[in-house]
Amino acid sequence: MAMGAKNNKPTKTVRPDPKDPATIKDRLLAKYPPKVARKRAKQIVVNKVKPGGDVPVISSNVRTVPGLIGQRGCCYAGCKGVVLGPTRDIINITHGPIGCGFYSWLTRRNQTDPDSGDGQNYMPYCFSTDMQDEEIIFGGEKKLKQAIQEAYDNFKPKAIAVFATCPVGLIGDDVHAVCREMKAKLGINVFGFSCEGYKGVSQSAGHHIANNGIFKHVVGLDDTVKEGNYRINLLGEYNIGGDAFEIERLFEKCGITLVSSYSGNSSIDQFANSHTADLNLIMCHRSINYVAEMMETKFGVPWIKVNFIGAAATAKSLRKIAQYFDEPELTAVVEKVIAEEMPAVEAACADVRSRTEGKRAMLFVGGSRAHHYQELFNELGMKTLSAGYEFGHRDDYEGRRVLPDIKVDADSRNIEELAIEPDPERFNPRISEEKKADLEAAGLKFAEYEGMMPEMEDGSLVIDDPSQHETDELIKQFKPDIFCAGIKEKYAVQKHGIPLKQLHSYDYGGPYAGFKGAVNFYKEIDRMVNSKVWQYMRAPWEEHPELSATYAWE
Amino acid sequence: MTSALSTEHFTATQNACKLCAPLGAALVFKGIANTVPLLHGSQGCSTYIRRYMISHFKEPLDIACSNFGEDTAIFGGGANIKLAIDNIRRQYDPDLIGVATTCLSETIGDDVPMFIRTYQADHRDEDLPALVHVATPSYQGTHMQGFHGAVRALVSALAEPEPAREPTRVNLFAGMVSPADLRALRTIIASFGLTPVLVPDYSDTLNGPLWTEYQRIPEGGTPVAALRQSGAAAASIECGLVLAGAGETAGTWLHENRNVPLHRLGLPIGIRQTDRFFDCLAALSGRPVPEKYTAQRGRLLDALVDGHKHLNGVRAAIFGEEDLVAGLAGYCGELGIVPVLCATGGGDGRFARTIRRVVPAAQHDRMQILEDVDFVDIEKALADMDVDLLIGHSKGYTMARRLKKPLVRVGFPVHDRVDGSRLAHLGYRGAQQLFDRLANTLIEEKQKSNAVGYTYY
Repeated sequence: MAMGAKNNKPTKTVRPDPKDPATIKDRLLAKYPPKVARKRAKQIVVNKVKPGGDVPVISSNVRTVPGLIGQRGCCYAGCKGVVLGPTRDIINITHGPIGCGFYSWLTRRNQTDPDSGDGQNYMPYCFSTDMQDEEIIFGGEKKLKQAIQEAYDNFKPKAIAVFATCPVGLIGDDVHAVCREMKAKLGINVFGFSCEGYKGVSQSAGHHIANNGIFKHVVGLDDTVKEGNYRINLLGEYNIGGDAFEIERLFEKCGITLVSSYSGNSSIDQFANSHTADLNLIMCHRSINYVAEMMETKFGVPWIKVNFIGAAATAKSLRKIAQYFDEPELTAVVEKVIAEEMPAVEAACADVRSRTEGKRAMLFVGGSRAHHYQELFNELGMKTLSAGYEFGHRDDYEGRRVLPDIKVDADSRNIEELAIEPDPERFNPRISEEKKADLEAAGLKFAEYEGMMPEMEDGSLVIDDPSQHETDELIKQFKPDIFCAGIKEKYAVQKHGIPLKQLHSYDYGGPYAGFKGAVNFYKEIDRMVNSKVWQYMRAPWEEHPELSATYAWE
Repeated sequence: MTSALSTEHFTATQNACKLCAPLGAALVFKGIANTVPLLHGSQGCSTYIRRYMISHFKEPLDIACSNFGEDTAIFGGGANIKLAIDNIRRQYDPDLIGVATTCLSETIGDDVPMFIRTYQADHRDEDLPALVHVATPSYQGTHMQGFHGAVRALVSALAEPEPAREPTRVNLFAGMVSPADLRALRTIIASFGLTPVLVPDYSDTLNGPLWTEYQRIPEGGTPVAALRQSGAAAASIECGLVLAGAGETAGTWLHENRNVPLHRLGLPIGIRQTDRFFDCLAALSGRPVPEKYTAQRGRLLDALVDGHKHLNGVRAAIFGEEDLVAGLAGYCGELGIVPVLCATGGGDGRFARTIRRVVPAAQHDRMQILEDVDFVDIEKALADMDVDLLIGHSKGYTMARRLKKPLVRVGFPVHDRVDGSRLAHLGYRGAQQLFDRLANTLIEEKQKSNAVGYTYY
């Protein structure tokens, strides 16, 4: 790497062999009190893939220990910020004191194209009831009603959603009752989310609550079947840096009709008739699998896991769609598109790879990106030393095969599971059981996600919900060539002379999805891991103090 | 796009021009050496606040949390805070843990001072870090109340009684200013032979170099020992014309309880307020103002004379934190800029009269002052005002874009430019930089709207 060893003072401790992850695990835990160390030890796992794909158990989706500075957000952040945030034409009102609304005000980089709909876009706005003392003491329902009324009077939106923050649950405001009342009064869709920040153990609880809310209040409201062939929904794609635009471009080129996206570049009308699609594609399994499952149970829409991060993965995902619809015409177009797109990608990769081959990466992001982005690093010839999720569950690590074994703890039990039944009129299995069996025999897996760990090398460290302290230790021990995480880790990691690529916001770059995105990513990683800046970290007189002391005239 | 500006009065807040109290407190704790801020509440608060402040400072900024779960919200956070302190001590070995509450722990009524006393009693034989608590429910006040509250909490918790007076020691409570400003003020005070103790001082912790060696907590900040000695100071200087009317501040506490004389000045923005600041230091130290500052002042005035034509009569709207707006309004008055709108999301009742005091009387009838407002109110007020220039933080960008007016970024937050932590506002050099940025922005506007493309201005 650019920061050559000669620029560093010899460290006091001998650098451990990176091939011994167990030693490094011990170092990560060394400072914790025994009880904390025991808990964290279950969340730090040395990967080992057995024949058949079994991997070690990793403890995840458990509460972060107080005082360990983690990177997780809260239930509200997952519900309002992540899942509902990218939908441009719902007015989202935060019911609570000012902070929560302010910090989630256009903070994530989900892009939207208002002109592709009716021009309504409320994403640049931040609506909050800005609760004061008075509401905490006497209740905030009255102010919430006024806030909804005002939002309606000013904008005449199609829908208003209300998000509860911590104090709301405690003082007993009934956001759902207020929403029902205002819905009846205004004649538009008004619905609430009990996504108080203290619920669950991370933003993951908020994703689930958001999924439930959209399914209960929006999905199925419009039975219009969109024109076009091969109607699909893309779930768990949030259009960070314009990823969805690139994926939409590919769908269009292939003649695939996108009914709804959850929720990058989306509108509420798309959710309302998303149940008319014939296939659900899941990108981020963690944040959105609930909607896919509920839609399958109620309306008969099957789902498959896809990944548009990485050129090979993109090609594979497009082929999966073609395989599902099983129409020679679609298969031909998909192959033609792949053939058209790949040469530029391969040329870019070949150029960059000469400078990235053999370099080492670490990824600690969200609930799917830490997995998906390994594809791009593989394409660059880079090795993933260690990876983990902020808020993933065991199924995201080990695959859905472990779902029956997951113990539901008190924190998860408090998040409602909707009881869904097939819709008496509209349940319509999109393919027959025989056809499904044929496709499965041919390798297309339905309702399956194999997880991150089976695809990682033996000996790599898998770390769930890493703390800042562990992050510091990790980079000290491994000195990776690049670290992928978010803005909270970025500047700490870079202080150590290791570039950090933000995979939440993309460092305001992107898109990285699809074929064009892959090329963007190759170039970005080339720029970062081959930067020359690190060699200047020490001034010459710091590096060679003896020189400054031996000038002849002194 | 639908217009946001049709209702007369808003109950709710749309596009707020203020942040929440725990953010201000966490920032203060980042300015104390070897300190870990700890938010007592759910983890989202520390994550959001970290995430938000990092986008401005672009530096490591760790804030711990006591991670409330649903059961904690019901049974109270006593066990969580104890565990959090234990774990922070093991990982970071800090000199101080600054505990700020969130609306969650405040709503359930957690008795944090009692938790801290119990912890201290349970560990009385150990070498404990200082534990300082400040109540920061975000349903009261803004980030500025959190900021000033934390400064007062630090001093009142730590200043030792009956200290031996140290004639050169001066406490400086500068308020929420940039790392570049803090650095400038520290240098200025030291140049009078005085020993400045800045509370807080995040000039290094939030604007530091790359590390050649690992730092558990970024180096810099006011040492806890200096806080303990704050009662020994010859004087305290507290900056902020609006703050000067506040009853309970760090400065008033030290004055009332440790007999430290308090000088309540404005933020040293522009000529008059900076002159007062230097006058005060000259009086405290008994030394004349060092020549280099007189020279800086001279060059500033020279530039003002040369560039007056660009600024005179320019109509500006200023928004942000009360004291920064008041300081800028005063400076605008000096520059010939008419601050036709002064607005803040805070609202303690002293803002309007402070602004009127610093802006020349001749401009009062052209000036509107708005307190406790959001950006919808501000934009509405600006609709028929015909301003030339907006002065404020990044959250005003959306408005600037709609109004097609230039925005000169000042204060916090600045997350759409690279120099948030390096922006200088204070002292003669800060005034110089502000003047240059304001004048250049206006010249650039002229060039942009000119068909020929003249290059001499």
